[in-house]
Amino acid sequence: MKTLFALRRRPAALLLRLLVTAAACVTALIIAFTVGYILIKGVPHLTPELFAPKYTSENVSMTPAIAGTLIMTALALALAAPLGIFSAVFLAEYARRGSRLVKVVRLAAETLSGIPSIIYGLFGALLFNRALGYSLIAGAVTLAIMLLPLIMRTAEEALLSVPDMYREGGFGLGAGRLRVVFAITLPAAAPGILAGVILAVGRAVGETAALIFTSGTATALPKSIFSSVRTLSVHMYVLSNEGFYIDQAYATAVVLLLLTVGLNALSGLAARRLTGGSGQENL
Amino acid sequence: MKEKIMRAVFLAAACVCILCVALICLFLLANGIPAFGKIGALKFLTGAVWRPGNDIYGVAPMILGSLYVTAGAVALGAPIGILTGIFLARFCPRRARPGFRSAVNLLAGIPSVVYGFFGLVVLVPAVRSVFGVSGKSMLTASVLLGLMILPTIISVTDTSVRAVPESCYEGALALGATHERAVFSALLPAAKSGITSGVALGVGRAIGEATAVVMVAGNQPAMPSGPLHGLRTLTANIVLEMGYAADLHRQALAATALTLFVFTLAVNVLLALGRGKRPV
Repeated sequence: MKTLFALRRRPAALLLRLLVTAAACVTALIIAFTVGYILIKGVPHLTPELFAPKYTSENVSMTPAIAGTLIMTALALALAAPLGIFSAVFLAEYARRGSRLVKVVRLAAETLSGIPSIIYGLFGALLFNRALGYSLIAGAVTLAIMLLPLIMRTAEEALLSVPDMYREGGFGLGAGRLRVVFAITLPAAAPGILAGVILAVGRAVGETAALIFTSGTATALPKSIFSSVRTLSVHMYVLSNEGFYIDQAYATAVVLLLLTVGLNALSGLAARRLTGGSGQENL
Repeated sequence: MKEKIMRAVFLAAACVCILCVALICLFLLANGIPAFGKIGALKFLTGAVWRPGNDIYGVAPMILGSLYVTAGAVALGAPIGILTGIFLARFCPRRARPGFRSAVNLLAGIPSVVYGFFGLVVLVPAVRSVFGVSGKSMLTASVLLGLMILPTIISVTDTSVRAVPESCYEGALALGATHERAVFSALLPAAKSGITSGVALGVGRAIGEATAVVMVAGNQPAMPSGPLHGLRTLTANIVLEMGYAADLHRQALAATALTLFVFTLAVNVLLALGRGKRPV
């Protein structure tokens, strides 16, 4: 109250404060409305039929799509996580800081993370689909390339934030570089790396454009890695485009929303364990 | 020995990134350049008609569509985003801050297909009933994209305003400035390059977004004719036709992707420049 009174004599300051507060209110309203609308409209439509084990055009069950999402995400992570973490280890532990190779790798990672997902989709379709057709593996490889820079950047940041003291201690005890990496720096950086991986899972679960033309939209459970599969996001895209299943699409949106938001929250928690309270201050 | 092998493994892993970029560029070029050759680069980029059935490929409407929609999204998203970021950094009551921040992160985590669906069931009917048009329009797509880039701009603004040394703020106060004046005239200029790169990130996301835009933009392959009419973006062009395209049509889509790629690269360069100038 006191500040408001003081501000009465300073109209410019009052105006700025009102402007900033108004923008914050608009943002808060947008968030509340978006999330609230989807939850309120969607939750009543979460019927048991939607989780039936088999998809038919009657029940448009999302169970196969959920299974497909899990398999797809696991496969993409199995490819991207080791690659991303290993390259981060190279950048943070082996390369001389500021060497040319490091710069090129970073530039490549930045370029990769700036490429729109539909270009990944087109690339995957052109490269893998000719040989393999719509398949789980084509989607997973495409997705893995997309996730690589994210995992790499977060892992590198986590490794770099491990104090050099730890490494010196390891070397002092006679450990080789490899031993230091696996016994000291990687475990110390684990929460940060984990946060990046969980963030990548969230990205994978929410991805549509890169998968429509690589893994396709088959509604059955995949028989092998060479059969087409739809993830939950693709399922939702198809449902809302067909236009007959709006209620079911609302329900699917709720599941998708909870899944990705939950994963993001988990990532934030993991990161907080690393930074000791300040939380997730990155993008 | 083991050390040497593992070092080579790590090095190889680091090179995968470079390999991926090279591979993507190579494939886009290999598939897109022939289209430029057969159609004519100038004809492709400036042609106003896209009619794959007659082998007429002009991508100018989509380029304009992408630019309009992105400009609209930034015009809507940037002011609200920047102001909210400033609020979060310097005006938010301490107790409300963590909650507000996680709410913003929540918005950032929503998948684009859910945004698209939200646009389809909320924004499209709203535009339809207010303006009496079909509702799938440039305006709808801009509003939706503005909403999607909001969290990016907010969190980058927040981070960069908070990264400005406290002494800047205190110096302004000591000179007799009010809190508001100190924030806007001392902190904001210092955080400018960070905020610019946040907006550039938003631009990159808006221009590259495919799923959500396809669902609300109307997608007519004609020159955009006003904010209340539908249009088609570069991304939408690929999403809509990739499923059945063959031969020259397919190459024309790869050329569309190449055009889009050039735009996103330009945004990336802008970002890198902004980062280079950021004061320590």
